[in-house]
Amino acid sequence: MPNMSPTKVAMPEQDPKARAKNFDEVACGYTAEMAQEEAARCLNCKKPVCIEGCPVLVHIPDFIQKVVEGEFEQAYEIIASTNSLPAVCGRVCPQETQCESKCIRGLRSEPVAIGRLERFVADWHIEHSEKRSIEIVPNGHKVAIVGSGPAGLTCAGDLAMAGCDVTVFEAFHECGGVLVYGIPEFRLPKAIVKREVEGLEDLGVKFRKDVVIGRTMTIDELFEDGYETIFVGSGAGLPMFMGIEGETLLGVFSANEYLTRINLMKAFREDYDTPAPRSRCVAVIGGGNVAMDAARSALRMGAEKVMIVYRRSMEELPARAEEVQHAIEEGVEFNLLRNPVKILSDENGYVCGMECIKMELGEPDASGRRRPVPIEGSEFTMECDAVIMALGTRANPIIGQTTEGLDLNKWNCIVADEESAATTREGVYAGGDAVTGAATVILAMGAGKQAAKSMLEFMGVE
Amino acid sequence: MFKICNKRRLNSNVTLIDVEAPAVAKKAKAGQFIILRTDEFGERVPFTIAGCDREAGTVQVIYQIVGKTTMQLDTLEAGDCLADFAGPLGKPTEIEGLDRVAVVGGGVGCAIAMPIAKALHEQGSKVDIIAGFRSKDIVILEEEMRGMCDNYYLMTDDGTTGEHGFTTTKLQQLLEAGEKYDCVIAIGPVIMMKFVVATAKPFDVPTMVSLNPIMIDGTGMCGCCRVSINGEMKFACVDGPDFDGYSVDFDELIRRNGYYKEQEAHGKEHICNLTGGVRHA
Repeated sequence: MPNMSPTKVAMPEQDPKARAKNFDEVACGYTAEMAQEEAARCLNCKKPVCIEGCPVLVHIPDFIQKVVEGEFEQAYEIIASTNSLPAVCGRVCPQETQCESKCIRGLRSEPVAIGRLERFVADWHIEHSEKRSIEIVPNGHKVAIVGSGPAGLTCAGDLAMAGCDVTVFEAFHECGGVLVYGIPEFRLPKAIVKREVEGLEDLGVKFRKDVVIGRTMTIDELFEDGYETIFVGSGAGLPMFMGIEGETLLGVFSANEYLTRINLMKAFREDYDTPAPRSRCVAVIGGGNVAMDAARSALRMGAEKVMIVYRRSMEELPARAEEVQHAIEEGVEFNLLRNPVKILSDENGYVCGMECIKMELGEPDASGRRRPVPIEGSEFTMECDAVIMALGTRANPIIGQTTEGLDLNKWNCIVADEESAATTREGVYAGGDAVTGAATVILAMGAGKQAAKSMLEFMGVE
Repeated sequence: MFKICNKRRLNSNVTLIDVEAPAVAKKAKAGQFIILRTDEFGERVPFTIAGCDREAGTVQVIYQIVGKTTMQLDTLEAGDCLADFAGPLGKPTEIEGLDRVAVVGGGVGCAIAMPIAKALHEQGSKVDIIAGFRSKDIVILEEEMRGMCDNYYLMTDDGTTGEHGFTTTKLQQLLEAGEKYDCVIAIGPVIMMKFVVATAKPFDVPTMVSLNPIMIDGTGMCGCCRVSINGEMKFACVDGPDFDGYSVDFDELIRRNGYYKEQEAHGKEHICNLTGGVRHA
């Protein structure tokens, strides 16, 4: 008999007041009992529509049934057969717009907590299991992956499983891409990312760090070195700014910079050298996940007041519901229907405030969301000593600039076929933020997976 | 890991190292930079490539000890390894078609000016070098640079060696004397570059400067190194580091480069005497 409770088994979390001052993970994870109780809410539908909501097509009801039975390792094998990064996805996927949005239970009550169950299974595996011993038959094909973010790791995992000799080239000193430089420790512990990367090493994937493709080596040189096909998952590039006055003042950061200092360069730890921006009152411009991450990080770095400034209303916030909820609980203030017009400077060139204008929602625009329109004469000033711009990114320009025959769109993103991930250059595939501009981890993973399939076809591997 | 295979002190505060990094050495061109990290706890810091030996697979970096990271770096000796060394980054200096060039180097900026002067000299351009230092005891690379130019002018602020005056004093003299340069290339303290531009402008000589804003990733991701070029936002790591000097907002760059000075001065600027800088992950 399924568990007919209308609500998900609650996720144990750190107390909001306490967690707003530390970088430990916010959500503590289900115990085995909680997981089994939640798993029993799954109706194990004959036609599991939840799977359609998953970009990497995890066999959701199958793994959940294994959780019900207490066969956690088998549950893991089912997830891992289509998803290279379960512990990551269980934490950062926007399930409410994907698998869980399709769940039949969600029609009348809360959907099954698929994400939480995925995380439980992945964490259980990390804690209890030996190295996975998968028999891989080498197929003799050599492939290169550019970038070790979610797209690259997924693509590498699938190609390695198929028997390819896979090398991943990473520009930074650490693997994981946005998982290590962007998403904060309190949402995705870096030890988890490291473990997922090690999992790929166990499959035979080689990682070469400190190699900037386009500079240290070009795409053409990779082909000369015998790589038959190449996947480019070089990720997000230059951050967008608003183009308003004052964006080069001291105390104005892109979210990329702010988060990279804290996450990749560990500015929150005393034992690391990276200087950290210490601000008292922080305004974060934007309403996506990155904005929430920056705002919540600012609290943890000791800011007394942190505000989200977003030009639309609460309803249109693009961030995951859970992140918004967490941010509110932790004390982040939401200044909605507000847009900065100018950043104000003190006599030494430091930020001392921001001039904003009030907005109202007009007719829906091309994206279907109601367009924010400035209310004339409603300008006002807000005080702050730091401004973090979380407005999205353009693609990284280096590969585009140094590769012949690789078409870019007007935002400098790599043009790649939506289905096959093929670029305009034969043998080169691309996916993730390098193609779409700033998007989600799971979409990048979906693209990496799709690319792996196309690359195998390209090399004539069954 | 990247081994330091040679270390040589150029003056009491400036050190030259050769680092084993064959992949970087193979591609490096004048004007490009690398990002290094001394160890697990270190910052990512950019240094312009001072030279490279493609056959030996080594890249030369010259650093001035100014803060925690360079102090930490200076605790390493030949035979020790750097945790990370990535590059070559940035666009190479555009030297094609330049027949007659004045290369102006200020202080440790001479380390960056040197490979550019060398590349110009090797392509047959006529090169005048103006090298400026505060005082005699900190003059670096004099011999090396004399060998890669037609005229070498040494300037010191206090007149203890070479001629008395700033680099701009000499540039002004040369321009007034009717020297016709296709380009002035200036590398050194931001304030010096600002004044070189001001000196060259009345003579309408194109002036290129190499900018050194604070960077983190150096690969076009974080946006920290943004500079205003003709009022437009550019990123030194991928759009530069060279820019048209007439278009640069130098005052803004000086301000932005000072952002972490206070924090660095408090607390973090210290190498542990007990361990001599050895840290464990």
